[in-house]
Amino acid sequence: MKKRFVSILLTCALFSSLLSGCGENDLSKYPNGKLYVYNWGEYIDEDVISEFEEEYGINVIYDMFETNEIMFAKLAQDNSAYDVVCPSDYMIQKLIENDMLKELDFSNIPNAKNIGDQYFEQSRDFDPENKYSVPYCWGTVGILYNKTMVDDPVDSWDILWNDKYNGQILMQDSVRDAMMVALLKNGYSLNTTNPDEIAVATADLVAQKPLVQAYVVDQVRDKMIGGEAALGVIYSGEAIYTARENPDLVYVVPKEGTNVWIDSWVITKDSKNSENAEKWIDFMCRGDIALKNFEYITYSTPNTVAQENIEDEAIKNSEVAFPDLSKISTESYKYLGYDADRLYNDAWMEVKSADY
Amino acid sequence: MKLFKDNRNAHVMASPYMAWAFIFIVVPLCMVIYYGLTNADGAFTFDNITTILKPGYLKALKRSVILAIISTLVCFLLAYPLGMILASMKLRKNAYIITLFILPMWMNFLLRTLTWMTLLEGKGVINTILEFLHLPTLNIINTSGAIVLGMVYNFLPFMILPIYNALNRIDENVINAARDLGADSFQTFCRITLPLSMPGILSGITMVFIPALTTFAISTMLGGSKILLIGNIIEQEFTQLYDWHLGSGLSIVLMVFILLNMIIENLSDNGGNS
Repeated sequence: MKKRFVSILLTCALFSSLLSGCGENDLSKYPNGKLYVYNWGEYIDEDVISEFEEEYGINVIYDMFETNEIMFAKLAQDNSAYDVVCPSDYMIQKLIENDMLKELDFSNIPNAKNIGDQYFEQSRDFDPENKYSVPYCWGTVGILYNKTMVDDPVDSWDILWNDKYNGQILMQDSVRDAMMVALLKNGYSLNTTNPDEIAVATADLVAQKPLVQAYVVDQVRDKMIGGEAALGVIYSGEAIYTARENPDLVYVVPKEGTNVWIDSWVITKDSKNSENAEKWIDFMCRGDIALKNFEYITYSTPNTVAQENIEDEAIKNSEVAFPDLSKISTESYKYLGYDADRLYNDAWMEVKSADY
Repeated sequence: MKLFKDNRNAHVMASPYMAWAFIFIVVPLCMVIYYGLTNADGAFTFDNITTILKPGYLKALKRSVILAIISTLVCFLLAYPLGMILASMKLRKNAYIITLFILPMWMNFLLRTLTWMTLLEGKGVINTILEFLHLPTLNIINTSGAIVLGMVYNFLPFMILPIYNALNRIDENVINAARDLGADSFQTFCRITLPLSMPGILSGITMVFIPALTTFAISTMLGGSKILLIGNIIEQEFTQLYDWHLGSGLSIVLMVFILLNMIIENLSDNGGNS
């Protein structure tokens, strides 16, 4: 009996020393508390996180998501799980409509002035009064192709239905991006809520399925670099990186148009560390930090200071990284409401479960 | 063992396990049933369960059952002879050979499946070697074949171990008696070895069939998300679509299949004992 008592006591002592040890360490290293950040995978230069931690004495807990929908499900379950999040346009609109975001105090985010006016203007599509979001990255969606494997001209979404490239095509495994391709191919709006148009697009995607090698998200990049596939649907931000790794890869925005998207920082409604979150957003808007991130992730930055300081002239003037939006037909995703969401999801389910 | 002779003492000793089972098995199960039988407004409904009858869902369920049966069968055909070989080796303390079969399980399951992806890819390791030897390449990545391969690879140890244990436990005298009484090898196998190893076979089947039926990671990675299994749909309902009600309803349907499997196992187990 005595022995057992001693062992329990020892265990308790061990645990308490462990816990208190943690506490002391945290407090001396991070006197200003914590910050829970939720961002896309491969969407930051990780050095930037430790720089922020050192400069502000805030402990950053950094998590990643793969699609907007996964991010939404997580926040809907527990809004306070994260303080600062980086969703895309239509999802920000959905978050605003569901009252899940906190208004930003721009007096705490002075560096927001570095973000080009046109990006705030564009943000009004989903954040009408620019109250909730600060742009982080933007770009288009297009086709990345390997010029040693494709000998047809690539200028239209139609090429993704060309059976010459059977098993050589990579599609996006997320509902809006996949449907977008089929809707634009048929000349419809990528925000359509017309069931007939959605049905046509669905049938097209089902017909395309035998040609598709795989439905993937982040893996498009590595599979294209490795020469696994000839054509892939990809975000423009990956184009510079993939071309650097494999010079045979070319990025094209098809003539039917594309989705132009913005990913922005927002703060959750129930955030417990919203002051720290504003510091984070301000830090991300600093010219040198934005440039560092741009050089690492190669997604177009809306930060004018960073844009001016890009050293590589070719990238600075790149049509891919900073396209002239007046020359291509573009549309942004909008949140379409619950019923249309269900329509899209059912359509996507039909595509994914189809035999081929 | 003395401890447990006292009934009250046994009760006290078991209480932590009972509490554990209650918190982590009974409570979640009740939650699944609650969510599965209600809609977003909290009203009672069977809609979530009947959704399984919609074409897309039914197709995915059928596909899952077929692939799970194939994988279980392949596992059994591979594991039984292997179990017999291992049992016949009469290993002392079961030693290293058994460890060899458990060894891969020390590595993370997702990591092992991911490795198969790189092995099987069009320009992956296996095809590079085949091309070097001027042999025809293997194109099974993103097909049902690759999913079955992944399932068999991952779940094979769960089939081998119970079968090996059951075979190992067979008293040699029983087999010798059969031979003395004039049975040939085939008869001995059919009438002695196989029936006596039945409990091992049945628990092996359950331990392979159920994870194979419910998996979503293997089909996502080795099927390129082109082959939708019922596990994928349930996962999507929770992670992508945030529809816990439908996800739970579909889980209940899947539970019925698992219960069926266990009932069949119980029935044949009792039959074997009597």
